Amino acid sequence: MLTSVKIIVHLAALLPLVWLYYGAINDTLGADPVEYVIHFTGTGALNILLLTLALSPAAKFFKKPVLIKLRRLVGLWAFTYAIFHLLNFIFFELQFDWRLLVSEIVKRPYITVGMMAFLILSLLAFTSINRIKRKMGKNWQQLHNWVYIAAIAVVIHFYWSIKSDIYQPALYALILLWLLSLRRSRIKVWLFK
Amino acid sequence: MLIKSKKPYQLSEAQVTDEQVYINRRQLLKSMGYIGAGSLLAKPASASPLDFWNSAEKSKFQYRKLDFKISEVSQEQLTPEAKVASHNNFYEFGLDKSDPAKNAQDFKVNPWQLSISGLVNKPLTLDYDDLFKRVPLEERIYRLRCVEAWSMVIPWVGFSLAELIKKADPKSKAKYVAFETLHDPKQMPGQRSRRIGGGIDYPYVEGLRIDEAMNPLAFLSVGLYGKTLPPQNGAPIRLVVPWKYGFKSIKSIVSIKLVDKMPPTTWNLLAPREYGFYANVNPDVAHPRWSQASERRITSGGLFARNRIPTLPFNGYGNEVAHLYKNMDLKRFY
Ligand code: HEM
Repeated sequence: MLTSVKIIVHLAALLPLVWLYYGAINDTLGADPVEYVIHFTGTGALNILLLTLALSPAAKFFKKPVLIKLRRLVGLWAFTYAIFHLLNFIFFELQFDWRLLVSEIVKRPYITVGMMAFLILSLLAFTSINRIKRKMGKNWQQLHNWVYIAAIAVVIHFYWSIKSDIYQPALYALILLWLLSLRRSRIKVWLFK
Repeated sequence: MLIKSKKPYQLSEAQVTDEQVYINRRQLLKSMGYIGAGSLLAKPASASPLDFWNSAEKSKFQYRKLDFKISEVSQEQLTPEAKVASHNNFYEFGLDKSDPAKNAQDFKVNPWQLSISGLVNKPLTLDYDDLFKRVPLEERIYRLRCVEAWSMVIPWVGFSLAELIKKADPKSKAKYVAFETLHDPKQMPGQRSRRIGGGIDYPYVEGLRIDEAMNPLAFLSVGLYGKTLPPQNGAPIRLVVPWKYGFKSIKSIVSIKLVDKMPPTTWNLLAPREYGFYANVNPDVAHPRWSQASERRITSGGLFARNRIPTLPFNGYGNEVAHLYKNMDLKRFY
């Protein structure tokens, strides 16, 4: 059961990427494939990240503890989409202009915040390796609470990256607030203990 | 990861699109001494990868071929027609760049009225047919640089803004020119809903200083690629100011008014720190949220097109327009 669910999750995450790059390379995704892949992977990473946060409340609500077992898997896919998002930006938008990358990270608040989120997700992904997780003991949970900070940073990153529309980021902010409010007590302990 | 890089100008066979057919025909016709351009129009090369999403071609919006004086052939690779007509910032029809091509196909451009009024001795009103007749049409191939750091090369058809303004005989008190887009919430979903229209107060307004407006480069376009404009590109008539960021080139214009004070402009009202009145293309003045030092030129080619090029002051039209700003600090008047 769990194995087949995992295979479905892998396919559901992988196939859109195959479709995306097939279309982008063949220039069938609209006038600007670069913008398309950046937006697709960015939105994808955020959606999957929120899905990760939704898994344990959903497990409780539907009484399906198996969902909790998917958290690492889904979280790693959020990170994978974020990697593609960053690589799209470096390879196709900046086209390997490393100086421009550094100056963009320093000068553009929305990129700075995105980079922060990315670094947090990288740490979480790295420490999800079983051996490291065991070594970390109690600190592991401490570190992984930072996923909330990452999610908030991504929503800010989204909001700042947009020229005038606030509805989409506002919707994401609402969903995130709701997911955080489900964990009120836990977050309080973490912040104020 | 292995990146197979292809020079932007090396096109594989599958990438041969309508703009090459267009250019080749044009060269042929030119060498045969044709002036009228009706016969320039070509069906897109078959099996073009762009056909897949080129809904404009299949849309019900009616296009008409135009007669015009052909311009010199550009040294730069043109942006394919299908891309020009499907990558539009026209928030009246939605925020995504692909929205206007989807949402504008029922837009009615005939009848139309364009008034030239204000500080003029002979106010004018042009109806739809006048737009194509009052001033002889010519083609201009211009670079278009968007403030979002992408650019295109587009063969517009139209006439100098100055020619039209002169016909209205401006008074000497006229110091600025104010433009206004059609306000018709019934036809423009972005004007009906703040969510679809990005929270902008419509109608969209723009402006130029009178000497900018009278510069021969400032252009009113009624067509592109030899035909009348697609609605998503600002049919039936739009401004093209090639040395300024694209948002200055206001679409679907109903009013041109000569005034004595600097008129309000839409993006400046929305975010004054980010968008100035002048908005001259300037690689040295960054937008707060992105660098303007370089741009991505949208032509043919997919994800691997190496198309990042340096941005030039005044979008490369410095010889023609730099004198307009001789004693101005362009960092302050961005
Ligand atoms: C590593 C550093 C990052 C960089 C350099 C970066 C860069 C960008 C860029 C260039 C855009 C497009 C802005 C525009 O078109 O105006 C963008 C949008 C976006 N990014 Fe990132 N990003 C980063 C990290 C992240 C992460 C970690 C996530 C999510 C987990 C994320 C999610 C998004 C979203 C949701 C959007 C909005 C997409 C849309 O407008 O449709 N970004 N980012």
